[in-house]
This record gives sequence, structure tokens and C-alpha cells, in this order.
Amino acid sequence: MSSPNLDVRDVARLARIELTDEEATTFQSQLGRVLEYVEQLKTLDVSDVEPTAHANPVFNVLREDVSRPGLTREAALANAPHSANNLVVVTKVIE
Amino acid sequence: MSELTDLSISELQAGFRRGDFTPADALRALESRIAKVDPSIDAYLSRDFETALAAAENAAINLPLGGVPIGIKDAINVLGESCTCSSKMLAGFKSPYDATVIAKLRAAGAIPYGRLNMDEFAMGSSTENSAYKKTRNPWDTSRIPGGSSGGSAASVAAREAFATLGSDTGGSIRQPAALCGVVGLKPSYGRVSRYGLVAFASSLDQIGPIARTTRDCASLLNVITGKDSHDSTSLDLPAEDFTTGLGGDLKGVKLGVPKEYFVDGMNPDVRSKVEVAIQHCQELGAEIIEVSLPHTAYAVGVYYIIATAEASANLARFDGVRYGHRAKNPRDLLDHYMRSREEGFGSEVKRRIILGTYVLSSGYYDAYYLRAQKVRTLIRQDFTNAFEKVDALICPTSPDAAFKIGERVDDPLRMYLADIFTIATNLAGICGISVPCGFIEESGTKLPVGLQFLGKALDENRLLGIADAYERASEFANARPRDL
Repeated sequence: MSSPNLDVRDVARLARIELTDEEATTFQSQLGRVLEYVEQLKTLDVSDVEPTAHANPVFNVLREDVSRPGLTREAALANAPHSANNLVVVTKVIE
Repeated sequence: MSELTDLSISELQAGFRRGDFTPADALRALESRIAKVDPSIDAYLSRDFETALAAAENAAINLPLGGVPIGIKDAINVLGESCTCSSKMLAGFKSPYDATVIAKLRAAGAIPYGRLNMDEFAMGSSTENSAYKKTRNPWDTSRIPGGSSGGSAASVAAREAFATLGSDTGGSIRQPAALCGVVGLKPSYGRVSRYGLVAFASSLDQIGPIARTTRDCASLLNVITGKDSHDSTSLDLPAEDFTTGLGGDLKGVKLGVPKEYFVDGMNPDVRSKVEVAIQHCQELGAEIIEVSLPHTAYAVGVYYIIATAEASANLARFDGVRYGHRAKNPRDLLDHYMRSREEGFGSEVKRRIILGTYVLSSGYYDAYYLRAQKVRTLIRQDFTNAFEKVDALICPTSPDAAFKIGERVDDPLRMYLADIFTIATNLAGICGISVPCGFIEESGTKLPVGLQFLGKALDENRLLGIADAYERASEFANARPRDL
């Protein structure tokens, strides 16, 4: 059973994930079953219910606006797959 | 004297203070225990013995956790150590900083020791989603340890860790603790800073301890709790000593039994063990009251919408630019992103990112994500109503005992339903603890069963007191798997 509205390849592209043909087929059917399961939420009337975004709502959390130590340049670059001249090298974005 | 590695943290510290042995002795004993049993368990991804030994030799034993080695789930950053979240995406990553919980452990004299296996990015209930190894249950090595903090629970059960830190987004501390026969605490949301925990679902994630006793969990919570300016969701609360509620009994304590937590389809032997434990609590003086959490059946559905939605946003940071896996020779930037993420993430992570992206996408947001947030409100209200009548809830931690490795890997939905009794806790932001309550027998092996107590938000002191009273009155906390 697969969901008529879920096109796994299309959504994977939005999520920037390449899929093999085999993955696309498997995920389409597995996620179809998961979506079918969550359909049960539609049986509840929630028209007068406020949504909960956080379990413990706290608002406008501020800290003193003072500088504090951060990562050194070396530490920040240490895990970069490709760096040079103290900069992260990225894949070409513009022609 | 029994082996050093059999001791609880409080026994270990008493030994340090009497001068029976030193933190370096304890660390050496621990390392030789790991060398002996971990080839059968595979809980550890890596360890740095020399660094830990140097810390042990300089340990200040009068600090709250002075000289005590603590194993760390591979999702929590420890300066200079690897932090892979059991994913190929983070192979070779070295943490440039300490998570707040690690800084607090160090300040309390504890020694972070070893990286523990988990489901990739904490997504899973069996630790089979690790990209590196399959951790096995010390009670039966053909079975899973639970997950996602499977390495954190299995190591404590196998006496190759005194205590560990895990993280719990939908049961990832309590479920493996139950399946491995140890104690696991999920603190209330906001009790512990999440800074330095690799984020899965930010409105649900919480770091907590796994140990052999409730007392050890309380000692660890004392150290890791507190407001942190690096995590705006951590709460500014008056200081509390969570060991002060320990040592009491259950007389007059009102325990609610949520009728929806005894469902058709759960393992009947697990159910009867939990029912015996509830009966035992009554004999110990607790008042048992049936309560209803009417929206329980919707919790798994709500969870797999909210958690995947948050994960799809959190895991967008793995783009192969600043850190993490980068695909070779990309044609262009889109190809760079798509192949880096295809190659770096495992199946379950991809599945959840895709589901999360879908439920947040234009045209489906209201139908899925917004609706799930509204049902989350109803689930929270269920607990609020129940806690008006009772001090804590008592129920099973998991509908089943440890299952066989490989048994459920092809059926994600069935795997998700393994979390049916733990998920609502995270949605409501309340606290929960799993303690051992006996064994069932399957094909000739004894498998542990977990009893779960749930407390209202920020009521850890009372929750720990109740769990400790049950634990001392039952004989299961001292049970250990036969030696490997």
C-alpha cells in the first residue's frame, strides 16, 4: 500500500538526498504504510485545540549581550572535508 | 570482595574514600573487563585509555563524582574525541568542544570514558541502525539491546561500565534500560542542557543517566542538571539534591495505572510481570488507582510526524561543507548535496528525513504537522488530568522483551510500535524512569522486563524516591547476566 500523494523521489529531492531505484521503491511502500497509520489522527476533532510546539514553553530567553569565547579558526576548520588558506573550500556555486 | 566492576557508583566512591582502591585501579579494572566482554557485546565504538588514566590519577575523590568513569553515548560531544552518532556521515569527526553535560561531569570529578554505540542519529529502537556494529544484549547475545542508547544500556548491564549517559527522544534511554535489566532515567524537558548533544528532535530530546541503581541515576542527575546559557530551553530552577527523596517507602503513595498501557498485542508474559510488580507496590503500601490517558493510541502517530519534521530540519546541517562526509567530484552544488547525503546517511535516517520533509511540505503542513501538534496538546492534557489524582504513573516500559537481531529490520512501522509506552512521555515533557521488575523466559533464556514510573514535569525528586523504594523492596536490581 503506498500513499497516492507521496512521491518519494520528489520529496527526497527537496531533502537533497539522492536515492537508488531500490531505495525509492522500498521507501515508497514503507512510508506509505507509516502515512496510512498516521491517518488515524484525522479521526479526532481538533478544531478548538491549540497546537503544542514545545513541551515546556519558555519565551523570550535572553542572555547578557557580552562576547564570550568561541571556537578558534583551527578548531572550526579541523573537521572540514576540504579547507585551504584558513577557509572552507566549497563546491563551485556560480559560473 | 566482589570484582570492582560489579560495584555501583556509590559503592565505588565509598571504596575510594576508605582507601580500598584508587580511581586508577577502578579504571584499569574497567578496561580489563571491557577487553574481556566487549568482543561479545560490542557496546563500545572507541576508548582513550591513556587520557582517562591520566585523569583518574589526578582525580579529586571528594568531588560529587570524583574518579568515577562514565560511558558516553556517541551523540554527545567530548572535546578531542570522535562523535559519529554511529553514522558514516560523521566518520572521523573530532569534537571541538565539550557538551555542557560533559563539562559538568568533569567539574564534578567524573571521567568521561568511551564512546557507546547507538542507532544512527538516535533513530531506532534496537541499535541495529548503527553504521559500525551491532550491539548485543548481555542476557542473550542473539538479541538486540534496545535502542537507541543500546550501547549505553548493554555496557552497564554487562558490568563494562559503571554508569553511562544516553539520550531519550521517544524512549531511547528507558527502553534499552528495560531490555537490558538496568535503570534508565529520562529527565523532564528542560531539566538538562542539550548543548553538545547532536540534535534529533529538539522539542523532545533530553539527556539522562543509565546505571545499575536508582541512587546512581539520582547522583548523576544532580551533576548534569541546570540552566545553561547555551540552551535556551534549559530551565532556571532552584538547586535540588535528587538523593534526598531516596530511602523511603511507598506507604500512602498514589500510583496510577493507565489502562491504555495494557494493550492487546503486548507480550502476555511481560504484561503479567508488570502486573505482579504493581501488586507488589500495593503490598508495600501504595494506593493503586486506575486512570485513563485517552489519547495514548495517537502518540506513536504524533511522534513520527513531529520527530521526523524536526529531524528533517536538524539534519539539514549535514551538507558536506563544514564537516561530515563530502561526495567526491560533484558535478555541481546540487549533486554535491544529494550524493553527500545519499552516501553519508543510512536507510532509517533517509526514511525519516523524507517523511519529515513531506509532512512539512507545502499543502501537507496543516494536515500532518499542525494536526500532530494539536493532538500533542491533548496528550499533554491527559497527563495533567491524571497527575491531579495520582503522584506518579506505573506501567510497562516496553510491550515486549528483547527481540532477536534482524527480526524487525524490514518493518519500520512494527519497530516504531516498540516505543508505544515511552513516546508520550517526551511529547508531554514529563519525566520517566525504567527499573527492572523481573524476567520472562524465552527459548530457555531469561530476559529482563522493565517497570516504568512516570512523574509530572520537574517532579524527579518524588519519581526517584518511588523508583528507589520499589527497587530496594524487589530483588531485581542485583541480578546480572551470566558471565560471558
